[in-house]
Amino acid sequence: MGFDRREFIKIAGLSALAGLGSRAAFELLGPGELEATSVSYAAKESALTAKRWAMVIDMGKCLPEAGCKDCMERCHRIHNVPDFGNPKDEIKWIWKEAFAHAFPEQESEYLAEHLHHEPFVVLCNHCAHPPCVRVCPTKATFKRKQDGIVTMDMHRCIGCRFCMAGCPYGSRSFNWRDPRGKNAQGEPFLKEINQEYPTRNKGVVEKCNFCVERLAEGKIPACVEACRHGALVFGDVADEHSEVRQILREHYTIRRKPELGTDPSVFYIV
Amino acid sequence: MLYDAGKIIAGLVIFAAFFTVPFWYGSDKTSEMPKLELTAKAKQAGQCVEPKEQMRQNHMQLLDDWRDAAVRDGNRTYTNSAGKSYTVSLQNTCMDCHANKDKFCDRCHGYMGVSELYCWDCHLDPTKEKNLWASTDGNS
Repeated sequence: MGFDRREFIKIAGLSALAGLGSRAAFELLGPGELEATSVSYAAKESALTAKRWAMVIDMGKCLPEAGCKDCMERCHRIHNVPDFGNPKDEIKWIWKEAFAHAFPEQESEYLAEHLHHEPFVVLCNHCAHPPCVRVCPTKATFKRKQDGIVTMDMHRCIGCRFCMAGCPYGSRSFNWRDPRGKNAQGEPFLKEINQEYPTRNKGVVEKCNFCVERLAEGKIPACVEACRHGALVFGDVADEHSEVRQILREHYTIRRKPELGTDPSVFYIV
Repeated sequence: MLYDAGKIIAGLVIFAAFFTVPFWYGSDKTSEMPKLELTAKAKQAGQCVEPKEQMRQNHMQLLDDWRDAAVRDGNRTYTNSAGKSYTVSLQNTCMDCHANKDKFCDRCHGYMGVSELYCWDCHLDPTKEKNLWASTDGNS
């Protein structure tokens, strides 16, 4: 029997139509059960929102309280930040830094005497142009579009440490050891555990997240809440009626290494 | 008309024996499918965030969606198809009801051979006493 090309194409075309119209094809290509249901995700109504979260640190209130570590202790406890007992392995979310290290370009021999010795409270600057985000190959570190917070998706971090090389502020720390482990004396690196927040595991980088998990519940960041001296003020710098804007209008403030073009969101009143 | 019939048949027998070793070896044990055990709280709730069948089939997809919604989009409230809302959190919502991770998660995952999950490297397992995991030798 002759079976020419024309005949073949006709049959093939009809078969394809019949196949696409079959029930199996509809089940395969149609939307799945989960996609078809009407579920939705939203932010909590009580959540604190802003265009650009920022912090003002009043060193005039902070420096006289030498030895106070309330903000650091509260932050590190709430976020299960381990204490490896070794400055080389230290995990830092909020910590103290000498003026010369925090503001190297402002350092001078003739600086006000007390500033040479007093420690400054430093944390992630949540830059408007964060270099850590640019260098992250997996987009584990990202800047939230809604409020400018630079945070991390720990699920994606591969521990390459590009971000640590990229960050000019040393705000990122690598877990060289298992945070759930113990030191040579048998003491756990985490003295207390906040059951509501995860730990990290060995081989990932971590940093301050401006308490995104607390903001989502309508709470201000832990360090700001913990400061008894009112030295830390948190607010929306994009809102001209906010408290931080009020303070910034009235005081001379400096930021860390602004010449690098990162546009930090943490301001210091010296 | 089989040349070298002896060798070929012997070879086939050896091959068949070798190939079916897993069956011989495991022939004396059958593993029973684990039964799902719910905590009192989960039983009382009656239904998870979505119907049981959907959770059975798609819980992994849902967990992925929850992770992305909470971490990347900052959307921490989930409203299910019935209009009920939940806080999007593995540690604080899922594990609040399913506080028996060893029975609820691990047994079935072990049975299915998908036990290589690293959720609990970071997320806290409520079945373990406070600080208990710190007793494992993680001194490295």
